[in-house]
Amino acid sequence: MKPGLFVPVSRRVRIGLGIAFFLAFGLAWWAITASGAVPPQFLASPGRTLAAAWELFAKFGFTYDVGMTVWRVLGGFVLAALIAVPLGIAMGAWKPVEAFFEPFVSFARYLPASAFIPLLILWVGIGETQKLAVIFIGCFFQLTLMIAMIVAGTRRDLVEAAYTLGCSERGIVRDVLLPGAAPEIAEALRQVLGIGWTYIIVAELIGASSGIGHMITDSQALMATDQIISGIVVIGLVGLASDVAFKQLNRRLFAWSHL
Amino acid sequence: MSRLAIQGVGKTFPGVAGGAPTQALLPVSLEVADNDFITILGLSGCGKSTLLRLVAGLEEPTSGRILLDSAPVAGPGADRGMVFQSYTLFPWLTVRQNICFGLRQKGMAAAEQREISDHFIAEIGLRGFEDHYPKQLSGGMQQRVAIARALANSPKILLLDEPFGALDNQTRVLMQELLLGIWERERKTVLFVTHDIEEAIFMASRVVVFTRRPGRVKTELPVPLPHPRPYTIKTAPEFTALKARLTEEIRAEALAAAA
Repeated sequence: MKPGLFVPVSRRVRIGLGIAFFLAFGLAWWAITASGAVPPQFLASPGRTLAAAWELFAKFGFTYDVGMTVWRVLGGFVLAALIAVPLGIAMGAWKPVEAFFEPFVSFARYLPASAFIPLLILWVGIGETQKLAVIFIGCFFQLTLMIAMIVAGTRRDLVEAAYTLGCSERGIVRDVLLPGAAPEIAEALRQVLGIGWTYIIVAELIGASSGIGHMITDSQALMATDQIISGIVVIGLVGLASDVAFKQLNRRLFAWSHL
Repeated sequence: MSRLAIQGVGKTFPGVAGGAPTQALLPVSLEVADNDFITILGLSGCGKSTLLRLVAGLEEPTSGRILLDSAPVAGPGADRGMVFQSYTLFPWLTVRQNICFGLRQKGMAAAEQREISDHFIAEIGLRGFEDHYPKQLSGGMQQRVAIARALANSPKILLLDEPFGALDNQTRVLMQELLLGIWERERKTVLFVTHDIEEAIFMASRVVVFTRRPGRVKTELPVPLPHPRPYTIKTAPEFTALKARLTEEIRAEALAAAA
């Protein structure tokens, strides 16, 4: 008998199994609503949800809301990454820099970004700045710590080898720490982008006039659970798509680490 | 005049977590002439690698000083190339890029880099592997590239820290022949650390035997075998006599260390 642990499955089987669970989940959902155990105003059926989604896109210009939400997530995420990547690298490479920032960043990481929304509304109003700021706060501290840890974990023997090849300190950061940590940094970015998605809806629940979260708030007033579920599913799909795209990009950019 | 002068160099490592400090190396003095091939033979943990790291500038001596062409060694530099026991090729660079690493740090023109790397790729017998990544190479191949990477920098002295220690016996013998061939052609000054008696004799013009920890020079033995040395020389009477003598020296240390 072949041992079963860690034996890889073929690409076709893997995709098939992945789709199978989506189908099983949908079937269970359908069974619960069709049996009448839950009233439709609490849980819309899959068919109702699909119809509502069609309506949202066709009649209510939902594409614009999705676009706004995507732009807010990406905007806040890119801003966070622009500062977190260099700061994290500096923290990982130079211990005094780490000693200076690490305690505060570790503390700030536990502050829930959504709790800042009332303050942010007070400070910057209910415009786009507030939405971007929520995503920024949600992503920045996590990302900084993850990158600092990745860079600090650089193999010491590679650094020593570079020194004996005449590398300067700057050269080591540029030509050893950075390229060596790049695949893991890209992976951290992918994971943190996922965190960004979980914050955006909260940011849009309050004081927004567009976005998926705004649509969900509106639908709540109408008890339109079909539309709410549509919105949630769309977020899941967009998140999944961005995740897959990110993963593909990483594989292509850092082929050496997948050899 | 000697190329490398080690004058009363000792090393004591501070105690870990309040423990007693570890004396790794008693004051050692050693002169290495130009074009010398010195092997340092000793038991594991006798401080021979520490001495090599001191010469490389990766550690600072507690006492004494190290002179390279009469100039004191302060920190690592391109004039002392090093090959480590662990595989230290940069995994994100190809064979050629690894060999050119030090040259790039110097800001050498690309054409010149290519010429030098071509020469050393041929020297280590890896033509056709220029664009391979380290993960695609065997351990022996990786260490050959590591030797080429160090030599491409044209260092004044080449330091090798048990570079073939992780290889199987057959590969190790081939690597010894290869390194010896390179040394005979390129006329480099070499300091080679090993615990393998045959390896120490086969390549060296002089074997320096270390005592058990804390290490110091126990004896120095010239190897008056002619060059070029084919592998069959290992069965020559002069060779076996040297081997018998060194086996006794090392065995005495091993017995004392075990006592």
